[in-house]
Amino acid sequence: MRIRVAHETVYRYELPAKSAIQLLRLTPRNHDGQYVVRWRIEVSEDCRLDPFEDAFGNLTHSFTVDGPVSELRIGVDGEVETQDTHGVVRGSLERFPPSLYLRGTELTRADAAIAAFAEETAKGAEDALGRMHALQTRIYETLTFDPDPTHAATTAAEAFALRRGVCQDYAQIFVASARHLGVPARYVSGYFLRADGKVAQEAGHAWAEAHLSDLGWVAFDPANGICATEAHVRVAVGLDSLGAAPVRGARFGGGGERLAVTVHVDQAGRQSQN
Amino acid sequence: MTSKLEPVAFDEMHAPDGSVRSAYVALANWLDQVPKDVLDYRRREAEYIFRRIGITFAVHGQAEAQERLIPFDIIPRILAAKEWSRLARGLEQRVKALNAYICDIYGKRDSLRAAVVPEELVYRNPVFRPEMNGHKVPHDVYVHIAGIDVVRIDSGDFYVLEDNTRTPSGVSYMLENREIMLRLFPELFSNHRVAPVESYTDELLATMKSVAPATAPGDPTVVILTPGIYNSAYYEHSFLADKLGVELVEGRDLFVKGNVVYMRTTEGPKRVDVIYRRIDDDFLDPLVFRPDSLLGVPGLMSAYQAGQVTLANAVGTGVADDKAVYSYMPQIVKFFLGEEPILKNVRTWRCREPEHLKYVLEHLAELVVKEVHGSGGYGMLIGPKADAKTLELFREKLKQDPANFIAQPTLALSTCPSMVEEGIAPRHVDLRPFVLMGSDRVCIVPGGLSRVALTKGSLVVNSSQGGGIKDTWVLDR
Repeated sequence: MRIRVAHETVYRYELPAKSAIQLLRLTPRNHDGQYVVRWRIEVSEDCRLDPFEDAFGNLTHSFTVDGPVSELRIGVDGEVETQDTHGVVRGSLERFPPSLYLRGTELTRADAAIAAFAEETAKGAEDALGRMHALQTRIYETLTFDPDPTHAATTAAEAFALRRGVCQDYAQIFVASARHLGVPARYVSGYFLRADGKVAQEAGHAWAEAHLSDLGWVAFDPANGICATEAHVRVAVGLDSLGAAPVRGARFGGGGERLAVTVHVDQAGRQSQN
Repeated sequence: MTSKLEPVAFDEMHAPDGSVRSAYVALANWLDQVPKDVLDYRRREAEYIFRRIGITFAVHGQAEAQERLIPFDIIPRILAAKEWSRLARGLEQRVKALNAYICDIYGKRDSLRAAVVPEELVYRNPVFRPEMNGHKVPHDVYVHIAGIDVVRIDSGDFYVLEDNTRTPSGVSYMLENREIMLRLFPELFSNHRVAPVESYTDELLATMKSVAPATAPGDPTVVILTPGIYNSAYYEHSFLADKLGVELVEGRDLFVKGNVVYMRTTEGPKRVDVIYRRIDDDFLDPLVFRPDSLLGVPGLMSAYQAGQVTLANAVGTGVADDKAVYSYMPQIVKFFLGEEPILKNVRTWRCREPEHLKYVLEHLAELVVKEVHGSGGYGMLIGPKADAKTLELFREKLKQDPANFIAQPTLALSTCPSMVEEGIAPRHVDLRPFVLMGSDRVCIVPGGLSRVALTKGSLVVNSSQGGGIKDTWVLDR
C-alpha cells in the first residue's frame, strides 16, 4: 500500500520570538515492510536543517531560526510504500541490544496499579507473545479514548489511573506493563491510515514494540487493539513519548505561544474529500 | 578506650609504640612549643578569613542554617613523599580505568560482552545516557576531572571509598585551605618542604584547552557553566572562574545556532569551545533531557554531538561512579589496563545478589549500608552506631528494594591530630585528591581535600553531616 503523509506543525507567538531552535524526529527509515518513496521537510523560515542520527537510530534534524519570527511552520510531505508483516519488525536499524529497553523512565514507570494490571493480564497466557497480545487487548478494552484529560507530559501511571487518554497514553501503559513483565518494550511514533477513511487527523499516531526472543521486535497498537499493519508508517522509536517526540523546541522571547498540528494520512493517488 | 565493636584506627601521627612517625616529627615539635592561646587565636583568625571571603556551603533540609561555614581544622595532615607517590600512581591507574570503561560502555561494549559488569547494571542505571551511545568525544576523554575519595585503615594501603566522575566539588577548599595556612603559619612552611597545590588552576585550564573540539580556533574559549547562585557549590564555581580567568555563565548566557555554542557578550556573540559544566546531565538541554529545565541550553546536545563543543565532564560519566559499579572496579582495572589495581577496594556486598543480601541481613549491626546512588552521607546506615529501631527500618528497606543498596564493613578510618574543644585529639579523616585528565596526560596536584569527622568517634566526614576540612601536605621528600 502506498501511503501519503502531510503533517504540519505551526507555532504562533503572541509577540515575535527573537529566535527559535527545534529538534525534529520526523523522517522515517526503511525496513522490511516499509519503503520511503519520497520525504521532505520544509520550514517556513530561512534556516539550515542539520541532520544526525540519534542514539536509537532515528533520523533527526535540528535547526535554528533568527527572529523576529511570529509564526513558524514545519511541514512534512512524503510517501511510503508499506506491506503487512503481521506486526513483525525486521530489518530495522538497531543501536542497542533489546535488554536496554527494559529501562524504565519517568513517563513509563509501572506503579503498583499498572504492575498489578500487567501481572493479572499475563495470567493464563502461554508465552510472552500471548502475554503481549493479552496486554494489547486489555488496554484497548480498559481505556476510553479521550483527548481531554491527558497531555504530552502525562505519565503512564496517571493515564492508567484515569483509564482515559490518547494513543500516546495507551502506548506508554503498554510499554510500562511489558517491561514490568520482563519484556523489552519501546515507544513508536508514526502515522496511521484510518480504516474508516477519515484522512484529516489531529495528531500523529503512537504505538509500541515488544521484543520477543523468537520473533524479534513486534509492533502492538493498543489504541486500535491490533498489531501494526500496512496502515502503519513507523517514524521514530524511543524509551517513551519524549524520547521519540516528533518535535521538541525552544524559543527566546515571544511571550505566549499557540501550537497547531494538522495531519493528513491517505492512500497515495486517492482523491481526498477532506 | 576503644570498645570491642570499633577496631583500632590507624594513627597517622603516632606509631603504636607512641613514637612520632617521621613525616610528623617537625609538626609534633612545633605543636609542643606553640602556646595554646596562640593556636586558639590563629584558629579564630582562620575562621574570620573564611567568613570574609565567603566560603560557605548550603545544607540540604536545614532551614535554620542554609548557609553554613565549614569548620576548618588548622592542624595540617601530612603525607610522606613515598606514601603520596604510591597513592598518585594508584589514582592515575584508577581514573584511566574509569575513563576506559565509560568509553567502552558508550562505544564498543567489550566489557559487557565479556561480562565484566552485568548489562543490567549499565542499561538500567538511571544515569546511563543512551544519548551518548556511539558519540566520540575529543581524545576519548570522558572524565576530565575526577575526585576519588580514599581512606587509610593501615600503614600500607589506601582504599578507595568512592569514585566521583560527574562534577566533583571541593577543590576550592583545597586551594583556600593552603592559602590560609600559608598566611597563618609561615613558620611551619619554613621547616617543611610542602609540595605546592597552587598550580591546580593552571593545570585545569590547560586540561580544558587540550580537549577542545577540532573545529575550535588555536586558542579555544573555555567557560564554566553554573546552575546559579542557589547551587550549594556556587562559591566554588565563581572561585574557579576567577582563578582560571574564564567567564562564569548560566544557561541563559549561552545559545546555540547552527550547532555552534555562543556566549552573549557586550561585544556580541562569542563562540564557546569548551564548557566546564557544573550542571547535572538531566538539566543540560531541555530538548534532549528534562524538558522543564531552565538551567541548560536548548540545542546544546546537538552542538555536542556535532563535535562543535566539548563538555567536561562528558555526558553520562555517572555510569561509572555509583556504588554498585564500584564493587566491580578491581575487575574493570584488570580488564582495561591488564594491571593489578594499586588502590584497594573496600569489600562490598551487593544486595541485589540474594547471597549477598542474606549475609547483609544477618550482619546488619556490623555493617555500613549505603544507597547505590546516594551521596553526601545521606540515607546511610552505620550498623554499630544504630539503635534497634533504625536497624529494623533498614532491614525492611533492604528487603523491599535490595538492588538500591550495597553494604560494607565498618571501617576504622585513620586518625590525624585535630584541634577540637578539648585541645588536640585524634579524629577520623578521609581524602579527596583531584585528578585531571587531558588529551595526553593525567595530572594530580599533590594533596587534596582532607575531610575530618570533628565529633569524637564519628566516622562520617561529610560536610553536610558536620564534618570539617583541613589542609593536606605532601612532603617533597
